[in-house]
Amino acid sequence: MMSAEHMKKYPIGNLQPDVESLLAWNEVAPADFELASAEEKKNFIAQRESVSYWADAWRRLKKNRVAMVALGVLGLLLLFAFAGPFFIPYAYDETSKTAGNLYYYHYTLEEQAAIEEAMEAAKSAGRRDASQKSIARELGISAKPFGYSVQELERIAAGEAVFPHILGTDTLGRDILVRVMVGTRMSMVIGVCAALIVLLIGATYGAVSGYAGGRVDTVMMRIVELIYSIPEILVVLLLVTSLKPIIDDYLLYHPETGIAKFIAVIGPSILSIFIAFGLMYWVSMSRIIRGQVLQLKQQEYITAARALGASGGRIIRRHLLPNCIGQIVVTTCLQIPSAIFLESFLSFLGLGVSAPLTSLGSMASDALNGIYTYTYRLLVPAVVLSVMILSFNLFGDGLRDALDPRLKK
Amino acid sequence: MGRFFVKRVLMACMTVLLVAVVTFFLMNAIPGNPWLSEKTPPQATIDALNAKYGLDQPLPVQLAKYLGNVLRGDFGVSIKMMKNYPVRNIILEMFPVSARIGIIALIWAVLAGIPLGCLAAYHRGKAADSILRVVSTLGVATPQFVIAVVFMVLFTMGGVFPILPNTFDLANWQSYLLPCFALGLYPMCYTARQTRSSMLDALGQDYIRTARAKGLPVGRIIFKHALRNALIPVITYLGPLTAFVLSGGFVVEKVFSVPGLGRYFTQSILNRDYPVIMGTTIFLATFIIVMNLVVDILYRVVDPRIDIAKGGN
Repeated sequence: MMSAEHMKKYPIGNLQPDVESLLAWNEVAPADFELASAEEKKNFIAQRESVSYWADAWRRLKKNRVAMVALGVLGLLLLFAFAGPFFIPYAYDETSKTAGNLYYYHYTLEEQAAIEEAMEAAKSAGRRDASQKSIARELGISAKPFGYSVQELERIAAGEAVFPHILGTDTLGRDILVRVMVGTRMSMVIGVCAALIVLLIGATYGAVSGYAGGRVDTVMMRIVELIYSIPEILVVLLLVTSLKPIIDDYLLYHPETGIAKFIAVIGPSILSIFIAFGLMYWVSMSRIIRGQVLQLKQQEYITAARALGASGGRIIRRHLLPNCIGQIVVTTCLQIPSAIFLESFLSFLGLGVSAPLTSLGSMASDALNGIYTYTYRLLVPAVVLSVMILSFNLFGDGLRDALDPRLKK
Repeated sequence: MGRFFVKRVLMACMTVLLVAVVTFFLMNAIPGNPWLSEKTPPQATIDALNAKYGLDQPLPVQLAKYLGNVLRGDFGVSIKMMKNYPVRNIILEMFPVSARIGIIALIWAVLAGIPLGCLAAYHRGKAADSILRVVSTLGVATPQFVIAVVFMVLFTMGGVFPILPNTFDLANWQSYLLPCFALGLYPMCYTARQTRSSMLDALGQDYIRTARAKGLPVGRIIFKHALRNALIPVITYLGPLTAFVLSGGFVVEKVFSVPGLGRYFTQSILNRDYPVIMGTTIFLATFIIVMNLVVDILYRVVDPRIDIAKGGN
């Protein structure tokens, strides 16, 4: 620190060189220095170790608490969706005539009889508002968690072990928890696959356009502009509507071809969603990749590769695309939630995944019948859907900050 | 300016044409014909019907005829849901309902979003800012049908707080509340977020410091000096927001049973009423494209610093 005397001698704005603070270094005695310990030396060398691009990004990502929480939630959702169904002995399309319309809670058989009796009494007394729930409350009976049908309760009474319907069942007696798990799996798979399709088309198109440059670039970007200005929701609706019957028709008349077998595996409605998404949503990816390629192709190593006689395709594959990997990963990751969003929108309108398969959007759509009585049937898939989209968004944002710190706002 | 204008209008026309052509070919590629029902009518009847609706002519002829008709505002007649009723009349009757709800939703979104954005920008990093960020992040992640249904369960008859009617009535102002609110929530969050960021930009400018140094009151600085410049980008959101409100209308109108074009459009998709699907798609697409065009030109007029024709974006 500068002393008051020192300040007096060298006031701010003084043009004299401040030699005294430099001379002060001579007064440091050798005893003031200390040898570095072995550990400090090791740390010094360890800090100099080279860090790869991904390790560096991961280090930055780990510091971002929001992104790490989102990643954890995504991991849990992944487990829930893929491992969950193995722990529940009901299939997602397993219907039951006796276990339909169960709530996520139940009353024991004796309680049910008591409630039934009280309800009859209330009805004959002219009370119209008497519902199972209100009567149970009046009788002081509290509901037990998990849903069981009457038959299942009887089987339990007979000493049999019955797995509960944890979140109840729907109108057809299908277990809601398993359906939510399968629906989550469906939404995730559709989101990831659609994002990969977009990546494939967008990156190829953008890289070719950016690398070719000149007139080819102009024409290709005009096409992108044209598609960009089309209102995509309308066209996606139209595409999904009209592609499904076309695919169905193809399956009907060519059931033996390889393509037909492939379609039969993923299902016509999902395939039409993929096609619609792939046709409409690659444009922003291609714009981003083109911008990157335009910058990168000015670099010396591209000139060097060209001088060595590398073909255009090789330069794009080996040099340009690997160098845009950060942008590609981030854009793909942020594409997943938008694909999930779109799928749930379509399924809600009755155009997406169709029975017996299910997705979170179609479960929400099914829940509209009897929404006032069975509100939880909408809330469960809706909450899972929102949490999933939110986590993907937050993780994507974190990934962007980690992979390209310059972009950080 | 003239060149930009011509280029932009040409581009918009191209887009509309593309949508119309794609629509036409998709609808023709669909197998089966609209006359199929529980019992198939005799071939003679089908031929007569095809001849009546011009479906027996070659595709290019049909396309040319269709495009000519579209230019005259003639979208053909409905063949399934309201038999022989002109699609144009369906659009003219139902679009005003959707438009009314959409406009109210947009107005509340902008009127609430801009002050909230200013508030968040002014209190940057404080509680108001954080609350807005959380709400808008959640608003972006929650699908609109969830918001709509949750509000319906919360506030209509039979729900948790039964204060609003649950059948939509055009003459009753109360039935507009929920659809407009649900439809405008996302645009509101979006406007607030964008206003916040452009307001932060504006507040960092030198002329704001000058105004502050002169001792002007805070309200005057924000609303007179900063907001005027911060609002210019808001114009650009109006294009995408219109598209969003129209597509969100499909869901919201379905949930609240609003007799608007959105609900009718989704019903006609499920019923495969081709002329209605084609007509509505072209009409709504044209509407959105024209809105985007107007917004682009308006932006240019309001802020001459931006030169879109030269690639500034």
